[in-house]
Amino acid sequence: MDIRLENVSHSYDNFEVMRDISLEIPHGRIVCIVGPSGCGKSTLLRFIGGLERPKQGRVLQVGTPPADCLNPLTYIFQDFALLPWRSVAGNISLVLEDHGIKGAAAKEIIDDVLARTKLTDFAKALPKQLSGGMKQRVAIARALAVNPAVMLMDEPLSALDSQTRELLMDDLVSLWTRTPFTAVYVTHNLAEAVRLGHSIVVLSRRPGQIREIVHLDTPLAERQFGDPELDRQQRHLWQLMRDEARAADAELLDV
Amino acid sequence: MSDTTMPHTPTEARAEARTVSFRGGGFAPQRKRWVGGVVFVLLIAIAEWGTRSGWISALTLPKPSDVLETLIELHQSGLLYKHLSPSLSRLVVGAALGASLGVGVGVLIGLFSYIRAGLVPLVAAIFPIPKIALLPLFVIWFGIDEGSKYALIAFGTFTPTVVATYGAVDNVDRSLIRMGQSFGLSWLSIVRKIVLPGAMPGILSGLRISLAIAIILLVAAEMLGAEYGIGAYILEAGALYDLERLFAGVLILSVLGVVLSTVIGLIERHLLDWRS
Repeated sequence: MDIRLENVSHSYDNFEVMRDISLEIPHGRIVCIVGPSGCGKSTLLRFIGGLERPKQGRVLQVGTPPADCLNPLTYIFQDFALLPWRSVAGNISLVLEDHGIKGAAAKEIIDDVLARTKLTDFAKALPKQLSGGMKQRVAIARALAVNPAVMLMDEPLSALDSQTRELLMDDLVSLWTRTPFTAVYVTHNLAEAVRLGHSIVVLSRRPGQIREIVHLDTPLAERQFGDPELDRQQRHLWQLMRDEARAADAELLDV
Repeated sequence: MSDTTMPHTPTEARAEARTVSFRGGGFAPQRKRWVGGVVFVLLIAIAEWGTRSGWISALTLPKPSDVLETLIELHQSGLLYKHLSPSLSRLVVGAALGASLGVGVGVLIGLFSYIRAGLVPLVAAIFPIPKIALLPLFVIWFGIDEGSKYALIAFGTFTPTVVATYGAVDNVDRSLIRMGQSFGLSWLSIVRKIVLPGAMPGILSGLRISLAIAIILLVAAEMLGAEYGIGAYILEAGALYDLERLFAGVLILSVLGVVLSTVIGLIERHLLDWRS
């Protein structure tokens, strides 16, 4: 299943946040969206998953999601959004219960996704006992449990320290290498974008417009920390963004 | 960076070294278990000593040992239970009615904008009314028997519970609700599995206050048409200036309050152990 954005524009009252964004998210690829703060990248992600409605333009699902897919458009949030009163297994079971998956069938799915995210030993732990990186792995396991057609990741590593971020990037790469998934990955961190993105969409500052789409051909598994080619791409992206970021930073918030 | 590269001026060389004084203490409440008990014992000891030696007159304060004797007498004659059981049943029925209605209405206010717009001003208008003033009205509406007593206690616990509950529902983390929506959970599932557990800490701390109010109103409810009951017992002792019995009754209410608060504490510990 692909996602297509057609001329999406949005404004709050008289405040234009994004203008005329058209984008294709092809099956099995990770599309990163980068841009200065306030350019509407998280809003764009909420449009794609149907949590908000754009003023103009539309978001289309092209093709049908696979039959075993419980929740085609599935988010991974920056703040993890785990229920603190449920254990790790309980948090995953939460998204299965509404589909009538309980008991042994649920356990099978939960065991599988916990194994894939290396969390098997922590099934009974409460979120308060886990580190930030572990919490985000639980959120990733929860997303995998519903077999999403497209993963919508909203700055998933931004709340984590840089070492944990590296570890989780490796985890995401190995997850994707084993079973390629489609994802839209919003971030302000260019290093994440060049490590995880097959293509990187650079948005301008408000009103957000597409400035450039950079395609990276190096396979994800071969991208290493400190790779000169990736560094070159990252510098190029930073050139694109620097002035925008500076201008966005100097803007008064008119709210 | 090391000090070997730093040129030492003569004044630095002569300066004496002092430990940096600590100034980060205080402002962190600590658990001191025994202090509360000591204060109690001390106060009672002073009262006992004062009344025995005579510098506190018998009309000012009864002798604590006499109050204890009265309590023992109450227990032995079986009158204690004759007073306690109707009071407890009034408290349980009234508070259960008021609190459950309050939680229900509070959740509805928290969930639906129209109900909020309609009921919040009404609750704000009812809240400051001293419910005791309405007792005669309740007697007319619900009868002089148990009905008016249940109603008074229920009404008194209802308003604070409503306010605490809708505040608690408002405070549920919106990002969790959004998460529920993004996974396609039904409205009912979101309310049951996200909103209600998320509001539980606020609801329980509201119940603490409501139940204390229920005990206060118990005495008021037994002002009219009650032969037995702790409240009736206290009021009768008060009317006769029988300070021993008055204090014995008050002591029972205090114990009741401590017991209720402990029970809620236990429920909190059991239900809310997920909080860090």
